[in-house]
Formats: sequence, structure tokens, C-alpha cells
Amino acid sequence: MRIRVDGEKCQGHNRCWDIVPELFDIDEMGNAHEKNEGAVPPELEEKARLAIANCPERAIFTVREEK
Amino acid sequence: MAKQTVKDWTTDYDIFAKDYIKDPFPVWDEIRDSKCPVAHTERWGSSWMPTKYEDLFAIAQDIQHFSSRDVLVAPQGPPPEWDGEEEVPEILRDYDVGAPPITSDPPVHTWARRLLLPPFSVRAIAQYEQETRELCASLIDGFIANGRADGAVDYAQQIPPRVIARMLGIPEDESPQFTEWVRNFLELGLTNTDLQSENARQIFGYLWERIQEHKENPKDDLINYLLSATVDGEPVHEGHILGTCFLMLVAGIDTTWSSIGSAIWHLANNPQDCKYIIENPDKINGAVEELLRAYSPVTMARYVAEDYQYDGCKMSEGDRVLMNFPAANRDPSKFVDPDKVMLDREVNPHIAFGVGIHRCAGSNLARMEMRVSIEEWLKRIPDFRLEDPDAVTWAGGQVRGPRTMSVVWPS
Repeated sequence: MRIRVDGEKCQGHNRCWDIVPELFDIDEMGNAHEKNEGAVPPELEEKARLAIANCPERAIFTVREEK
Repeated sequence: MAKQTVKDWTTDYDIFAKDYIKDPFPVWDEIRDSKCPVAHTERWGSSWMPTKYEDLFAIAQDIQHFSSRDVLVAPQGPPPEWDGEEEVPEILRDYDVGAPPITSDPPVHTWARRLLLPPFSVRAIAQYEQETRELCASLIDGFIANGRADGAVDYAQQIPPRVIARMLGIPEDESPQFTEWVRNFLELGLTNTDLQSENARQIFGYLWERIQEHKENPKDDLINYLLSATVDGEPVHEGHILGTCFLMLVAGIDTTWSSIGSAIWHLANNPQDCKYIIENPDKINGAVEELLRAYSPVTMARYVAEDYQYDGCKMSEGDRVLMNFPAANRDPSKFVDPDKVMLDREVNPHIAFGVGIHRCAGSNLARMEMRVSIEEWLKRIPDFRLEDPDAVTWAGGQVRGPRTMSVVWPS
């Protein structure tokens, strides 16, 4: 699983970071950025889905993996 | 204002109706389930009130049609003036102070928000946690032996004014005055324009003096942060700094004490939720989000920028749109069992802090104050209840929360 934060949509609610800080960084404006190029280890996939579902701006996406 | 009883909530809603303030939830359901989920009224000039999550989301994102130049639903009195023409500081003549960035649209909003966000980032706010904790503990020290307190007046209402005063660098012991000003401006002032103007004038005058003092004696606080900031290499206009200080004082007080008060009210009614928080200290953040969802205090307005038809509603330029984020957060098409408060709710994309470019700049501060005030209360008073549930009084309008709420515990 790979995720991406759409920087245009993120408004800094910090919900993703609160749910799974292993996957997101927050900058000083409060905006979220995916860590490790968005790679999600299997044990964090469920939390990554929760981060997506809790984002009020709908700013987090799963990215189709290149085969 | 002569008050007419509401006959049809979809065509003539009244956010100041007594029963609505106490229990707005059935009204939101009624409007949301009707064929006009965007209600209308002419009570304070023409205004509209969406109640569905998707409508709130769409309108909040459409900043072209829905301006933030006025965020209050009722028309206001004349802009605040100083006592006499000669007393108006030179620099503020002909300057539209407002309360940026909440009252700004892009392009001003863009830089004004970038200026304000860093001191309110989650890391910046963490430095105020310990003193907030000590403040909460000292408030509890003051009444715990009595076995009773007013959870709104003696606790919730005491916390945000003191924290924001410390952050701004203005005297904390004047917080009763801040509380009175803010209530007169944002609560009672919504239906009394003279009171609103007079209090706005006093707040602006007070803050202007504090800003001038900070220029003489710089300190490490938010007023000096703004005074020393530059935008595109230029210092920020002092009129803008005044407006932003006004925003921080007004928006940080009424809203957060309402949230803390509602949380205490909920916990007084639900001992199993007190137990849950006490036994699961690591789940407190999720619990705070659920309390924010269920008891969202804030309903800001938008100003219709040009004649526009939204989903069949013919809106005219100058109409207000009441952004009923609290109703959106109770929309069953978005939240499972929305009227049930589930502190362990996992999927909760609530918009209590708004959504889009005007997301509450103080959200991290509000969350910290809620979390700390709940933790400290439950640490000392784990078992408490409302003395008389019917005696609780609520404020409503654009900010909803309990205003008097006697609670008791075994002492």
C-alpha cells in the first residue's frame, strides 16, 4: 500500500498525524506530508485507511503501485 | 426584536429561539429530512442554513461565491469608533481592521493565515500544556472541598481566557473583563447591535494600548511575534495586527469554553464515559474528537458574494449563509448513529473546526485545552453528576455551550 497527501487539499486538521504519526509529518503550517514516499508497511495498513477516512478535507489517497 | 414563534423551520428558522438553543438536534433532523435541507429565514435579513454534511462541505470549499467578509449572521451596528475623531490613531483611519484571517478572502487571507498558523501549530501549542494543566489543577483546588461547583462558570469559563492572555502577553488577571467583552460581543451582541459595537470598541481600544506597550517593551509573546513579522519583506500593518489580536481574543474564548463545558456536561450525564477515559488514557484524543463532533459549538457565517443559485436556493448578493457545521456532524448519511456519543468512534471526519481554507487556526490550542481540562477534572473528580439537569442554562446563536451548570460529587 502506498499513500499520498494532496497538498492543495490538506488544510492542516492534523487528524492523520494523530492517528498514525509513523506515516505523516506535519509542517509548521500544520499541513501533512507522507513519510517514506508514502510507503505503508503491512502492519499499518489498517491505520492508514483510518487516516484516509478521518481526513475532513478528503486529501489523502492510496496510490496504485507500479508493477 | 419582536420574536415570532417559528411555524416552519425550513422557511423561517430562528437560531435564537429558546427551545432551539437548549435542544437544536431535533430541529436539524427535521430540516435535514425535509425537501429543503438548506433552510431560509428573513429574520435578520435574508439568510440560509444548510444542515447536510455534503452541503456544508461544498459551500465551505466554494470561496468564490461564499465570502468570509462577514461571519456573523445578523447585521451589525456601525464599525467600532473611538470616543472622538481625534482619538482615533492616525494609522487606523480608513483602515478596515476586521478580524483577519477569519474575515478575509484570498489574497489577503493567504498571507494572513500563513502569518498566524506557525504559533498555533501542534508543536508550538505543546509549550503551553504544562501551565494549562497547572491552571486547571488550581481551579479545582479552589472548589473540590465544597463537593460542588459550577462546571461552566467556575471551570470551563476560566480556562481559555487565561491561556490566550498568556499567549498574547496581556494581563491574565483581567480575564473576567475579557470574558464579559466577548460575551457581550459574540453572545448577547448578536441580537443587540449597540452592545456589540460598544464592546468591539472597548476590545479594540484595549488591545491597541497593549500593542503600543509591546512596541516599547518587547516580550516573547504573540503580540511581539506579529510586530516583528514581515510579509514580502515589509512589516505587517498595525491595523492588521490589531484585527488579528481581536480574533485571537474573541475566537479563542467563547468557543473553547463552550466545548469544555459541553464535555463536562456530557461526562456528568455519562459515568461510563468517565470510566472509559480514566481506564484508557491513551484514547483521550479520539474521545475529544467525538465530543467535538457531538457538541460542536461554532456556527460561523458566509456572505453571498454574488447572486447565485445553490441546489435550487436562489441566493442574492449580501445574503448570509449560516455554516451549520454542528448539524453536519449529526448527519446520519455521514456518521453511523450520529446522536450516539461513542468515545471510541473510529471513523469521525467531523468538521467542528470548519473545513476548507478557513479551518480554525486555533484547533490545536482548543484540542489541548479540552484534553487537559478533561484529564485534570477526572483525575480529581472521577465521580460527579449534574445537581439538577433542568437547571442547566445554554447559550446559543452562533456559539453553543452551557453557561450555568451546577455539578456535585461526594466530598
